[in-house]
Amino acid sequence: MKLLTTLMGAAALVGASSMAFAGSHGGGATPALIFDLGGKFDKSFNESSYNGAERFREETGIEYREFELQSDAQREQALRRFAQQGNNPVVVAGFSNATAMGIVAAEFPDTDFVIIDMVVDAPNVRSVVFAEHEGSYLVGLLAAMASETDTVSFVGGMDIPLIRKFECGYFQGARAANPDINLIGNMTGTDGSAWNNPVKGGELTMAQIEAGSGAVFAAAGGTGRGVLQAAADAGIYAIGVDSNQNYMHPGTMLTSMMKRVDVAVYNAFNDVNNGEFTTGIIAMGLAEDGVGWADDEFNADLITDEMRAAVDAARAGIIAGDIVVHDYMSDGSCPVN
Amino acid sequence: MNTGIPKWVDVILIPLLSLILAFVVSGLVVLSIGKDPIQAIKLMVYGAFRLNDGIGPTLYYTTSFIFTGLAVAVAFHAKLFNIGGEGQAAIAGVGVTLVMLAFDWPHWTIALLVGTLAAAAFGAAWAAVPAYLQVKRGSHIVITTIMFNLIAGSVIAYLLVGPLQANGSLPESSRFPSAAALPTLHDILGVVGINFDRFSDANITFFMALLAAVGVWLLIWKSRLGYEIRMFGESDKAAVYAGISPVKITMIVMLISGALAGLMAVNTVQGQAERLVLGAVEGAGFIGIAVALMGRNHPVGIVLAAFLFGALTQGGVELQFEMQIPAQMVIVIQALIIMFTGSLENLVRMPVERLFTRMKKRAA
Repeated sequence: MKLLTTLMGAAALVGASSMAFAGSHGGGATPALIFDLGGKFDKSFNESSYNGAERFREETGIEYREFELQSDAQREQALRRFAQQGNNPVVVAGFSNATAMGIVAAEFPDTDFVIIDMVVDAPNVRSVVFAEHEGSYLVGLLAAMASETDTVSFVGGMDIPLIRKFECGYFQGARAANPDINLIGNMTGTDGSAWNNPVKGGELTMAQIEAGSGAVFAAAGGTGRGVLQAAADAGIYAIGVDSNQNYMHPGTMLTSMMKRVDVAVYNAFNDVNNGEFTTGIIAMGLAEDGVGWADDEFNADLITDEMRAAVDAARAGIIAGDIVVHDYMSDGSCPVN
Repeated sequence: MNTGIPKWVDVILIPLLSLILAFVVSGLVVLSIGKDPIQAIKLMVYGAFRLNDGIGPTLYYTTSFIFTGLAVAVAFHAKLFNIGGEGQAAIAGVGVTLVMLAFDWPHWTIALLVGTLAAAAFGAAWAAVPAYLQVKRGSHIVITTIMFNLIAGSVIAYLLVGPLQANGSLPESSRFPSAAALPTLHDILGVVGINFDRFSDANITFFMALLAAVGVWLLIWKSRLGYEIRMFGESDKAAVYAGISPVKITMIVMLISGALAGLMAVNTVQGQAERLVLGAVEGAGFIGIAVALMGRNHPVGIVLAAFLFGALTQGGVELQFEMQIPAQMVIVIQALIIMFTGSLENLVRMPVERLFTRMKKRAA
């Protein structure tokens, strides 16, 4: 009986606190952020969204709540939980959350939702998508120009269309710089664990180096750590992804394909906080600085003037529409391989 | 386990003491990261059993764990270690998906029946190959069932970016027709006037799991086949001498085991997701091993252990939501509880046994 009353008391408390939260809607954010499988500190995708949220917290002093997904069934639960408790906006990065968000967004029409990397068509959802193929094209160009061999390679995380999109853009860029270059591509695996398997990433990279690769691009979440390490050990160039990973191995890190997930998260929090939130699709490509190549003190010595001129020209060409980079996800195929 | 201690001590007191010990050590872990351990444990219990959105997910997880726990237990009575529940359940999910998408279902009862049969058949089929390799080729079943988990994962990944994929970018199958949706506990309990959480994934398969537990009890302890299974498990040579075919027993046991593991797919794939997604099993196949171990391979113990693991899973989620304890820490806590209740059992058992033998001597 004592237990029961305690439980009921606690239930009343939760009820009261969620009402308090709900009252704060409309300007002023009570943000919540959900991290996809792979872990918050994957030095990549999730970490990038974490950085965006941290930047918001530092600038505004507003705390946010977070949840790290452990399994697929928790996607709906986490979204619903945050929405139920009055968090606004509820931001989740990762294409796998699309179905869950479609369901939960319909249940909470007054909550603002943001999904990154996927489109959910609902009146209260903002979908942020990135033109990864464009950024990958630029780093492919750099890879082919820097490589001391006639081969460049790619290590992907889970074999899904999104990662094929990275690979295809990268290959197109490499071929644009050198039409005769050999291309090697490997995927780490076929399930969620492929995002967090640095050992296998390293093995794949070593095999690619054996096959002659002179530069490797890792688009594999936490797995990428092993790829970059193996490249550094063998002294070939490596390219990071999502976050700027240049600092990890200065001297062999050619650049990183930046995908500004942090900007997407920061903007979402900020827009709600300022009462400027908009829904619909936001496409972040080269023109919007949503993707790009990392250029900092750690790789300054590796980028020659010639490379810089070529990559700047390509960037301008893509923005102007003179160069069209094929998007793998538009038709499920890649013109080069 | 013929140690002369009363049965209630063996099945209730020792697990309970282990659990308390586990909570104490977990509390120290929580303390070490600067959070309040009492609040954490309260929150875990409250989060797992709270009416509406706590007990619902707990029962959903419990359902899966009962099935996989029973699967491991049935095999273990024949001293076969089925580590392949993960793969068997995953392939069973494919079976459920194929039949669900193949027809326009007139009513959920028929969909449930056919879905159950498909899940059992696919799960059993996936277990049949390792079983065959064990009896005919001597390939150890522990190794082959583990390998089959990996094969199952790859098969599903192939299917979900290929033949079964619904749209161009998500690795998921199409949604099942809505007539195939199983009644949730919200629907069922609503009939008798109980307002259960309408978002909870717990569904009618929970009752199927309980029925399966009864079925396993009847099979193992009340049937001729069950006697043969247990005898084969105790001594395969004696079983052969008594005219029991090891080939037949191994095959039958593994088929039953695979079918039971497969049934969890009805809960997750048909009951919850209503489509096939990557990683639909979520480690329940492996947790089934711990459940069977803790439940002493007895259906009653398994149901209780499955409930504990379900509560741990859901309670752990609560810790993350409400106290912002990192997910990795939650896994550490869950692992500690599993360790103390499962493998470090002798830590509690031996002193308790000594105590009881001493008491007995004094009484005598």
